Amino acid sequence: MADLTKFTASGIAEKIASGEVTAVEVTEAHLARIEAVDEKVHAFLHVDREGALAQARAVDDKRARGEELGPLAGVPLALKDIFTTKGIPTTVGSKILEGWIPPYDATLVTRLKDADVVILGKTNMDEFAMGSSTENSAYGPTNNPWDLTRIPGGSGGGSSASLASFQAALAIGTDTGGSIRQPAAVTGTVGVKPTYGGVSRYGMVAFSSSLDQGGPCARTVLDAALLHEVIAGHDPLDSTSIDAPVPPVVEAARNGSVRGMRIGVVKEFSGEGYQAGVVQRFNESVELLRELGAEVVELSCPSFDKALAAYYLIAPSECSSNLARFDGLRYGLRVGDDGSRSAEDVTALTRAEGFGAEVKRRIMLGTYALSSGYYDAYYGSAQKVRTLITQDFQRAFEQVDVLVSPTTPTTAFPIGERVDDPMAMYLADLCTIPANLAGNAAMSLPCGLAPEDGLPVGLQIIAPALADDRLYKVGAAVEAAFVDKWGHPLLEEAQSL
Amino acid sequence: MTVTELVSYEDALAVYDPVMGLEVHVELGTTTKMFCGCSTALGAEANAQTCPTCLGLPGSLPVVNETGVESAIKIGLALNCEIAEWCRFARKNYFYPDMPKNFQTSQYDEPIAFNGYLDVEIDGGEVFRVEIERAHMEEDTGKSTHIGGATGRIHGAQHSLLDYNRAGIPLIEIVTKPIEGAGDRAPEVAKAYVAELRELIKALGVSEARMEMGQMRCDVNLSLRPHGADKFGTRSETKNVNSLRSVERAARFEVQRQAAVLGGGGTVIQETRHFHEEDGSTTPGRVKEEAEDYRYFPEPDLVPVAPSREWVEELRGTLPELPRVRRTRLREEWGISAHEMQSVLNAGAIDLITATIDAGADAASARKWWMGELARRANEDGVDLASLPITPVQVARVCALVAEGSLNDKLARQVIEGVLAGEGDPDAVVQARGLQVVSDEGALGAAVDEAIAGNAAIADKIRGGKVAAAGALVGAVMKATRGQADAARVRELILEKLGVQG
Repeated sequence: MADLTKFTASGIAEKIASGEVTAVEVTEAHLARIEAVDEKVHAFLHVDREGALAQARAVDDKRARGEELGPLAGVPLALKDIFTTKGIPTTVGSKILEGWIPPYDATLVTRLKDADVVILGKTNMDEFAMGSSTENSAYGPTNNPWDLTRIPGGSGGGSSASLASFQAALAIGTDTGGSIRQPAAVTGTVGVKPTYGGVSRYGMVAFSSSLDQGGPCARTVLDAALLHEVIAGHDPLDSTSIDAPVPPVVEAARNGSVRGMRIGVVKEFSGEGYQAGVVQRFNESVELLRELGAEVVELSCPSFDKALAAYYLIAPSECSSNLARFDGLRYGLRVGDDGSRSAEDVTALTRAEGFGAEVKRRIMLGTYALSSGYYDAYYGSAQKVRTLITQDFQRAFEQVDVLVSPTTPTTAFPIGERVDDPMAMYLADLCTIPANLAGNAAMSLPCGLAPEDGLPVGLQIIAPALADDRLYKVGAAVEAAFVDKWGHPLLEEAQSL
Repeated sequence: MTVTELVSYEDALAVYDPVMGLEVHVELGTTTKMFCGCSTALGAEANAQTCPTCLGLPGSLPVVNETGVESAIKIGLALNCEIAEWCRFARKNYFYPDMPKNFQTSQYDEPIAFNGYLDVEIDGGEVFRVEIERAHMEEDTGKSTHIGGATGRIHGAQHSLLDYNRAGIPLIEIVTKPIEGAGDRAPEVAKAYVAELRELIKALGVSEARMEMGQMRCDVNLSLRPHGADKFGTRSETKNVNSLRSVERAARFEVQRQAAVLGGGGTVIQETRHFHEEDGSTTPGRVKEEAEDYRYFPEPDLVPVAPSREWVEELRGTLPELPRVRRTRLREEWGISAHEMQSVLNAGAIDLITATIDAGADAASARKWWMGELARRANEDGVDLASLPITPVQVARVCALVAEGSLNDKLARQVIEGVLAGEGDPDAVVQARGLQVVSDEGALGAAVDEAIAGNAAIADKIRGGKVAAAGALVGAVMKATRGQADAARVRELILEKLGVQG
């Protein structure tokens, strides 16, 4: 039998639906793959072997009874460990939640289960999704399958690495400042941050509530669209979720085209700090878009230069409040409760040991930014910048249908290179942050390997809020043209593990 | 407890004007919590009415209870407030174990209702206008029970038990503007305001507002300034003053205490104080070394609340007659004084009397029974008038039986006693206990004859013109009929038989 881990999600689903393979065979193949390679990659924090096989059996039973199967029934998925899973540990990459077993499923998890997607386990991530390399995980880093000495991106490095190493056919990520797109870019995979409010946040442990957005990760644009359709849609349990039909993403992915579209290149997404090979692949992508019939327009979004600064006030501010509940009193880690200490002391000891350095740094930054006397200068100003960025996008989308940029300024950097330099680490999200601040939809997909290091480069596409389908329409066209040009999907050039 | 020297209330007022600010929290009577679907019913086992959201579990999110917003708007409208066209919730960040998220979802600079007033009546019918600063929505905290500490407070406790059933129950906080110019009546105004607000809340049907159950809680902020001064003095904040009487006492105590502090050349410290029911005093709470910084910011997990003007007007149209207007109307209809109306209000009898009248009783009788016999019983039993096991319909039936002459007052009291004892409706009690006025003229006549025969000397006095002596014969007849005769009729018969004009 062909290696079942090498197929696309849609391909696997078709094989299961047609009876060519069983869902159990598919799941077993992926579990075996995890067994074989995850020691090297460390994508998973928890593998739910029994649960996954039970789900797979249920799919096979359904088929045996002649019931209709959904478009992703039986497809194995890797879930970022930020979504609550009933009865299964959820750590958010933090020691502070070690041992916590949530009593409820996130809405996204319920939807995956309802769609008969098989959840293999929970993937590694930067603690509380704070980071761009997965090095901030309390459970050790994840290694990039392209080069195990390099980072797989972050915060969702476990999800992107699981796809790039064929341990899962689909994955789920969350994107607060780029945590889906940047890992996708540096692992040669596809990642989409839907419009803010497109996918329910209920059961997704909050980092920065006004920015966090769950989304699909896959190896192809169509697979991402199929997963997008499963997880998106209004949820009455999340009042910020959009009560509107899900944009026709699958249809768009099946009908990729840029002919007649106006595509914007933002001047501010270039200059110092961009790796030559990244710029080269990006320019080739723009050329390709022209060849495919798009009109390319250069435009300026002047406020984007302030996006990183605004982000590093808003996100820490919200996180300082969101993370206040981790006090060691109700769940997760508790340190120093020997009967002699006060609740306050136990909380202090628990947090000192339970939170990592980056999380502490952001809690302190946010606490400061919200404090009386500083609020207007920091949080208040950042919100104004956010409005300006939204207006920049609005003006841009009056002229063009989508914007494109490199997803990240550089390819995957070596593990350890930036851990002691937070500013350098933060720059990895330079191009992805504006879309979070404005709530737009954005995608990253592979556009080649940087000549100097042979590592994947990501192309970012940004669409207006609620126009997620445009990402897939453009993405599918670009993907098809590149695969045609390369003669195979980019991931085939990755080392075999 | 620190011993505080007080100056007399009169001496304090001779020098200072009190300025008050009252903050009242009202627990709404919605069936579910403010941000989740958990029940708000009282009396459940600890933590039985909780879910990921009101426990603040990682990943959980709030969703606004529409009935909560509706109640807030109704309260705002009834308090003559403007209703925000667009407002947001805010997070009030502070750490306390009974607050699951370690922030309270509240409102900060964008309250749902603002700029209103409430007219309150003080003794003697004088109307005082209390200006309302704002009314905003927020959630209640859980409840901590501290075990092992001397005072039941967290300080010094060995361990604490946490019950989150109350966490997330909707609260409306109503804040007054500074109440100035009440002079020596400030404590009375404070009490009247809270009383009027409670009536209003009850009339709106948004909460039972039972202070003894913690459904309505009051913080009394008070400062003094010398007569003629413009600037407010430093205030104290007396927290959780939970009865009308306590509100008045707390305000009065603070006037006396602060006057003593200021008079002795000291300065009033801005601090939280606790009120003590036993002796009506206040004592300082735990001293905070620095001012609490709540780091308010707009709640990003909730979308703004933007009540349409149509909805607001629709709600305005559903507002009931407001309590003070209604009391004035009823007072006129019932023909009673302001003072009598105040007693009826204080006894919590307005609705009961109204319902009794609606069931057919006349106003005087209805008021007589509720404010007399029944109020006495409620008082004896230490319960609310409304929780006595008798309905306005039953009281109305008793009134009807008296009016038609089937019962006299003495028998009627027995009937009421029977109803309260669970013996059934008034008619059933009359039947079972055999309580009927003896109106059979034959039987009554025989009893009168017997009484005359047995008291010949008295009968002679009456014949001789000492009509007042008839009372003794009436008593004898009443005794013989076990009180079931109509005394007035008995007297008539006696005089008739003795040939005397009454």
